Amino acid sequence: MAAVLDGDDHDHAGPIGRVDPRARIVAAVVFAVAVVSCRQPAALGLGLGFAFALMLLARLPVAATLRRMAAMDLFVVVMLLTLPFTMPGDVVFELAGFPASRQGLDRALEIALKANAVVLALLALVGSMSPVTLGHALHRLRLPANLVHLLLFTVRYIDVLHQEYQRLRTAMTTRGFRPSTSLHTLRSFGYLVGMMLVRALERSERILAAMTCRGFAGTFPLFDDFRLGGRDWAFAALVLSACAMTVAVEML
Amino acid sequence: MHIVDGALSAPVLVGGAVLAAAGIGLGLRRLTIEKIPAAGILSATFFVASLIHVPVGPSSVHLIVNGLAGLVLGWAAFPALFVGLLLQAVFFGFGGLLVLGVNTVAIALPAVLVHYACRRGIAAESPHGAAIWGAVGGGAAIALTAGAVALALALSGAEFVPAAQLVLFAHLPVMAVEALLSGAAVLLARRVKPELFGLMQAEAGHA
Repeated sequence: MAAVLDGDDHDHAGPIGRVDPRARIVAAVVFAVAVVSCRQPAALGLGLGFAFALMLLARLPVAATLRRMAAMDLFVVVMLLTLPFTMPGDVVFELAGFPASRQGLDRALEIALKANAVVLALLALVGSMSPVTLGHALHRLRLPANLVHLLLFTVRYIDVLHQEYQRLRTAMTTRGFRPSTSLHTLRSFGYLVGMMLVRALERSERILAAMTCRGFAGTFPLFDDFRLGGRDWAFAALVLSACAMTVAVEML
Repeated sequence: MHIVDGALSAPVLVGGAVLAAAGIGLGLRRLTIEKIPAAGILSATFFVASLIHVPVGPSSVHLIVNGLAGLVLGWAAFPALFVGLLLQAVFFGFGGLLVLGVNTVAIALPAVLVHYACRRGIAAESPHGAAIWGAVGGGAAIALTAGAVALALALSGAEFVPAAQLVLFAHLPVMAVEALLSGAAVLLARRVKPELFGLMQAEAGHA
């Protein structure tokens, strides 16, 4: 599982790990806009290639990252598979009497390439920093302070609550609970979620009390020593030229 | 329920982003300092709940429980669910980056609507009465989310209309699952810790 659940709050090393987090977030957004605005398969293929290079530079585990990139909701997969049959155009082949159009196939390919290129670049540029670094960088990028605090609290407690969830599931299993398609299963899961909410609230009361004790006045100081250096500008130039190349191939 | 980048048209993306920003802003305004720890921990709870898979026949669905999030968090569900979607996109690769606004609106707006529609029912005298409203809210939130996703697709292109209809039908079983599960969750919470609901509405002090 990802950093959020592992409690793995290390920033990845590697060439991208040394670049200013703010530059990486902005780069991910610029790259996404560039890729999504293209339509030609050649340009999108190039974009996916750049995203792959970013993943290597971020030193992310290749197989796990590609699996994460390719995983999509079932409904997106179904949508892509039905597109050739729902878009009118030149018929390429027929499946059980339904004609598939070239335009539909192109559109499905276009969406798949864009979706994967954006997700891969996002995982490489932003997913390779720790969630806490992400929060601080977003704060420096002018996100409202209370949204950043909400993010930091959420990140801090996902791991704790996931462990609590697993304890509750273990307790259910030892009492012979096995999930199936039944009313009993839904009621049991409902009680499980309800119990987790109740415990979360009680935990938050203890946390607030403990924090008040230590002089919590509503905000934590957001420390950061982000400074844009030569390396960051070089990185920005690199990503911008990759985006420009992608758009140039699109224009050809 | 995460739409990916590349499918939606630019006006839909921009509209989604603007609506999401407005909703997050409204939610944050109600999120006073002493409520942030509770909101963050509940937001983490909903994140973990979305990892739970419930078997449906030979397959399984993962929970969304945005109805329950609306019942507990009210307007604060907007920023809380946005944080969850942001973390899922960045660290799990679910959904995309530019569609984050649309995805946030599709999940969080139903939560807020359910909050307004069911908040009186949830406060009913008997826990069982409250549970029925919890089930109504849980089911309605999924129906509205499926509707919002279908609308975003249909507005982006006529070629998506069949897929949009499919989204609506495919979510009928999810609706039933979430309705019954949310009802049970409300029943338990009302018996054990009734102050869970109306937490974010409470004026001062107690978070």
